[in-house]
Amino acid sequence: MACNSQEYIAHHLTNLTYGKLPSGYVRKELVPVKDEAGNAVADESGCPVTTVRETELTTSTWTIAANGQEAKDMGFMAVHVDSLGWSVFMGLLFVWFFSRVAKKATSGVPGTAQNLVEAVVGFVDNTVKETFHGRSPLIAPLALTIFVWVFLMNSLKWIPVDVVPGIAHALGAPYFKIVPTADPNGTLGLSIGVFLLIIFYSIKVKGAVGFAKELSFTPFNHWLAVPFNLFLEILGLLTKPLSLALRLFGNMYAGEVVFILIALLPFYAQWVLNVPWAIFHILVIPLQAFIFMVLTIVYLSQAHEDHH
Amino acid sequence: MNMNLTILGQMIAFAIFVWFCMKFVWPPLVAAMRERQEKIAEGLDAANRATRDLELAQEKAMNQMREGKEKAAEIIEQANKRANQIIDEAKSAARAEGARLVAAAQAEVEQEVNRAKEELRKQVSELAVAGAAKILGKSVDAAAHGDLLNTLADEL
Repeated sequence: MACNSQEYIAHHLTNLTYGKLPSGYVRKELVPVKDEAGNAVADESGCPVTTVRETELTTSTWTIAANGQEAKDMGFMAVHVDSLGWSVFMGLLFVWFFSRVAKKATSGVPGTAQNLVEAVVGFVDNTVKETFHGRSPLIAPLALTIFVWVFLMNSLKWIPVDVVPGIAHALGAPYFKIVPTADPNGTLGLSIGVFLLIIFYSIKVKGAVGFAKELSFTPFNHWLAVPFNLFLEILGLLTKPLSLALRLFGNMYAGEVVFILIALLPFYAQWVLNVPWAIFHILVIPLQAFIFMVLTIVYLSQAHEDHH
Repeated sequence: MNMNLTILGQMIAFAIFVWFCMKFVWPPLVAAMRERQEKIAEGLDAANRATRDLELAQEKAMNQMREGKEKAAEIIEQANKRANQIIDEAKSAARAEGARLVAAAQAEVEQEVNRAKEELRKQVSELAVAGAAKILGKSVDAAAHGDLLNTLADEL
């Protein structure tokens, strides 16, 4: 996969990207240099020597990015296949397991699966009831989905960093990054969803005028302060999804980087750091899922509060 | 760190999962949990009621037992009284019967004695006649001396 540690780290932090390259784009491909006998040439440190092969695209093409530069050049018209795939897979896992239990849910003596599910549901329900005082059929299921889904996505971190990318590489994928929450796209997708709900409920509860008034006349209730208020409030509003997404992303990304760094150690020494770090994540992974959920509830309950 | 369509994909997936959860996961689970809560509350209620019922029943049973004992004692007392009465009655009956028997026996004895006396009297008169006949050497006309004989017999 990669020869030196710098490449190794970069390799592990690049998503498998499927996107559009414009026509006229020059693809730069690294190909190993071969001697006359057809054997790969290596330098003194044992790394294969490569040379750049350039090919110019005649039409714009949808393709898998062969390297980080290409992924970057694809711009917005690209999809992180690995992030999206794993997040959808984890979401389906959640939906499948919970709906299976829900379908068979009995008010009698619950089985093991139902116990587990009910513990989670009860926990989320309590948290919602403590924080959110309005009535909404959406908030509690939303909180449950966020908590379990984010937890499942985070928990992909427990899989040793080389296992899944190694398999993917063997299957021909140049890059593979499995933790969707260590991808800002993944966390921003969630938090923008929450943001839209904040806007929706603010307008629904307070009315468009009420919401505009709240933005204009808090914290300083004077017409001269309206521009300042607007600036402050809109900034505050936009900070919510950003902080939600970046907190989760930052935590997961940093943890991932540390796992990758540990993986650079000789294999017999890795467990010394790897095991404590993984155990530490027993705390971090549910905690981050919980924080995301609680902040979502808090933001939505703020959106439901009418100050007038 | 490229921002791209993944955000959109993630948002769509998020919306679908939340919708699904809201539709098919949350309501049945919460309903089941609430129903169980009610059942438990009912069960506890029933248990409380049962405890109270049990206390009442125990009290009732004790009362009945006490009543039963009292009644039994009363019955025993009555029975004792009745037994004494019966014994007394039997005693007096026996006494009366004894007296009656004694009286009857005495009457019979008296009758026997009278009959024996009569018999003796009759025999004495015959003996007297026979003796007199022997002494006089001739027969005594019983008819002629009947009055005499009777007088004699009466004197004996």
